[in-house]
Amino acid sequence: MLDLTPAKLAERSALRVNPCKTCQPVGAMYAALGVHRCLPHSHGSQGCASYHRTLLSRHFKEPAAASTSSFTEGASVFGGGANLKASVRNVFDIYNPDIIAVHTTCLSETIGDDLKAFIQDIDIPEGKLVVHTNTPSYVGSHINGFYNMMTGFISYLAKSAGTPNGKLAVFPGFVNPGDMREIKRILKAFGADFTLFPDTSGVLDAPMTGRYEMYPSGGTTLAEIAGLGDCTATLALGELTSDEPANALKRKHGVPYRLLPLPIGVSFTDRLMIALSKEKKVEVPTELEEERGQLVDVMLDAHFHYSGKKAAVFGDPDTVLGLAGLVLEMGMIPKYLLTGTSGSAFVKLAENLFRRHEVKDCLARESADLFELHQLIKNGKVDILIGTSYGKQIAKAEDIPFVRAGIPVLDRYGHSYFPIVGYRGGLRMLERISDALLDRQDRDAADEDLELVM
Amino acid sequence: MGAAEILDERKASIKAGGEAGIKCGSASVSGAVSQRACVYCGARVVLNPITDAFHIVHGPIGCASYTWDIRGSLTSGSGLYRHSFSTDLREEDIVFGGAGKLARALREVAEKKRPKLIFVYSTCIVGVIGDDVEAVCREAEKRHRVRVVPVQSAGFSGTKSHGYRLACEALMRLIRPRQGTAGKEERAGVNILGDFNLAGEMWIIRNYLREIGIPVQAAFTGDSSHDSLIRAPRAALNLVQCAGSMTHLAKMMEAEMGIPYMKVSFFGVEDTTTALRRTAEAAGTERNIALAKAFTDRETRRLCAFSEKYRPRLEGRKAAVYVGGGFKAISLIRQFRAMGMETMVVGTQTGQPEDYEIIGGLVGPGAVVLDDANPAELERFMREKGVDILVGGVKERPLAYKLGIAFCDHNHERKHALAGYEGVVNFTREVHLSMNSPVWECLGRAR
Repeated sequence: MLDLTPAKLAERSALRVNPCKTCQPVGAMYAALGVHRCLPHSHGSQGCASYHRTLLSRHFKEPAAASTSSFTEGASVFGGGANLKASVRNVFDIYNPDIIAVHTTCLSETIGDDLKAFIQDIDIPEGKLVVHTNTPSYVGSHINGFYNMMTGFISYLAKSAGTPNGKLAVFPGFVNPGDMREIKRILKAFGADFTLFPDTSGVLDAPMTGRYEMYPSGGTTLAEIAGLGDCTATLALGELTSDEPANALKRKHGVPYRLLPLPIGVSFTDRLMIALSKEKKVEVPTELEEERGQLVDVMLDAHFHYSGKKAAVFGDPDTVLGLAGLVLEMGMIPKYLLTGTSGSAFVKLAENLFRRHEVKDCLARESADLFELHQLIKNGKVDILIGTSYGKQIAKAEDIPFVRAGIPVLDRYGHSYFPIVGYRGGLRMLERISDALLDRQDRDAADEDLELVM
Repeated sequence: MGAAEILDERKASIKAGGEAGIKCGSASVSGAVSQRACVYCGARVVLNPITDAFHIVHGPIGCASYTWDIRGSLTSGSGLYRHSFSTDLREEDIVFGGAGKLARALREVAEKKRPKLIFVYSTCIVGVIGDDVEAVCREAEKRHRVRVVPVQSAGFSGTKSHGYRLACEALMRLIRPRQGTAGKEERAGVNILGDFNLAGEMWIIRNYLREIGIPVQAAFTGDSSHDSLIRAPRAALNLVQCAGSMTHLAKMMEAEMGIPYMKVSFFGVEDTTTALRRTAEAAGTERNIALAKAFTDRETRRLCAFSEKYRPRLEGRKAAVYVGGGFKAISLIRQFRAMGMETMVVGTQTGQPEDYEIIGGLVGPGAVVLDDANPAELERFMREKGVDILVGGVKERPLAYKLGIAFCDHNHERKHALAGYEGVVNFTREVHLSMNSPVWECLGRAR
């Protein structure tokens, strides 16, 4: 289907083709699903909620509940206040969450709905909560929506009693439940008392029990979110995703934070280890040292296979940067790093990586789309493509090995249960990248060249 | 009904089998976890299978990215429709207006690609910020000499069904200029309305019609192209398969072009046979009628033998159906009955009163019928009625699995063709595989 993509790059000023991002609200919905007994609420047309739930269901293969204000013509003229009021009443009546997390849409933003005022006017049942964030779809991407929702929770709920609770606040970034589980495992290995926020593990990877739980056992609890203001420090993972909420928590309650890259690959995971080691004033636990050693061991075993191979990595900014770090450590060249989310910081961080590893002719692009990525690849071949399912057509058209990573993966099963973060996640990605390259080598080998031992 | 967890506003939309007067076609209740999408979605799903058209979404990026390659419509020609095109409106466009950006996008497409057909979908905020999409499209059509058809599909302007109507009007706009190309006496064959070639289903229906000697002029919209669609005024009869989405187009074509229409369904042995025989009677000669009878008899015998094999594994089991349109729900109830299964829960997103009347007559008094059901209601009634399998779409699949109920996708993510006699084979196998999978043996605790 991509035989129409011309190799010749031409200036496009108005047309986005095959996007590498989506709009803010779905990020907000994902963040809200990482809060225990929270129902995300989309303040806009009912299509928005339906699309977001569909996307999340297609990625996680799990139910993703969210309600909608169901805007009509009337609401778009007179404002959505009445719709929100009815929604809050109905949601608490029928779905009985502990909290409703409202996010806006392009429509409610454009007509100028004042959510703060609306919520103040609503009679909220005793013991229940309603919070909101603004997620105009025409600003930023789903990544902005994700951190805006986090910031919304913090500004409504985080409190400071004045006495530190000795806990670390940890923001995992826009990652899968499998990654969040891995981050929690690492934190536990350090003996840390922590609050991971948000936490979709136990929600979007909840086990099959024969019962449908609208609110599975996982998610950051409201008490934990309230306690964020008394945490000793925040570890904000994902420099382009977690900075904003960490900063909000600092401004509001003076909680200092360390901004770290997503812990993907050896050195970015080392950064997390060092930070934890400093915060907890303990050595890196033996089991994690061992995992690091195993990752490096396998890297060394196989390094000659992938050394010098060229990769294109696309997806969400922090995920791409993290995977780029791993790819570089493997001795590969991240020829194209591309994200649809806008922000020059992505390019700056990518170029720092290129410089540190002394690689040449690599290109980082922000606010870009996959049509452009395809054109770039046509002009300078790569040996492997790493990214979301949306890359599969490029991979097929150009006959390039393809490793799925990031969100969304719509066409494979089980991926969201496994990490790409931490040394374990690094080992998993290493295995998958290595397998993809070696499978290709086997596929293309002449019979006489097919090696049993590689 | 009347249990605590059913909203008062919803009670009129839930009836027992045989009870009359279900409330349908209204907007979802605010605060509902509705399974429904919006006007834009309705318009997009109908038009998207037109393979060689540029489908440009005028709005912020979300509406384009969520509908990118949205349904598994197959193509025998261009793959253009599987790309995502959008004006990706940003904050400055919201402030200063997006019409200029749309005009530039149209120019970029028209000059570089020289397409024959462009659809422009306006999303929620386009009307609010006041872009005159109609004028931009008209201007581009003149300047670039390409058909540019605007679809004013603001999400909030009605239900998904309203989007279907808008799609029908866009299609009418496309074919209207070709109205005079055939006189009444020169008209021959049929148009197929409302099949989207999911998993190649349009090809199956075309093969059947070829088998009985009825020519097909145009197909709306599965595996269609600009050139094939504009042949539509040459047909003598419109066959409407997905009545929910396409009846409006059929009615317009009848009023403006004098082409009569007939509602048909190609789901299940009974309905497929009826559809082919009635088509031959309405649009063919004695020869076509004889061919249809012979073909459908042969296929029915073949399917009978096939179904007998599966019957022992299916008989007596209970089904729930939650689909888009009412006509499909009706076919599925009949199909399950032919398999020896009873449908206990029936829901649709866009069913019409007349559909619900038929449904009410088909199911037993123990069944429940719902319009625009939400997951809580589906869960409650599936449990209450003890169903073994749910037929639905993407959002219902994980819900069913979590409840320990088997599932078959009869929507965008169907894995195999479900139309026609082939579809009966696939459907039966899928229902059997899911209900009788060894995975159900693993439920519960370690033992």
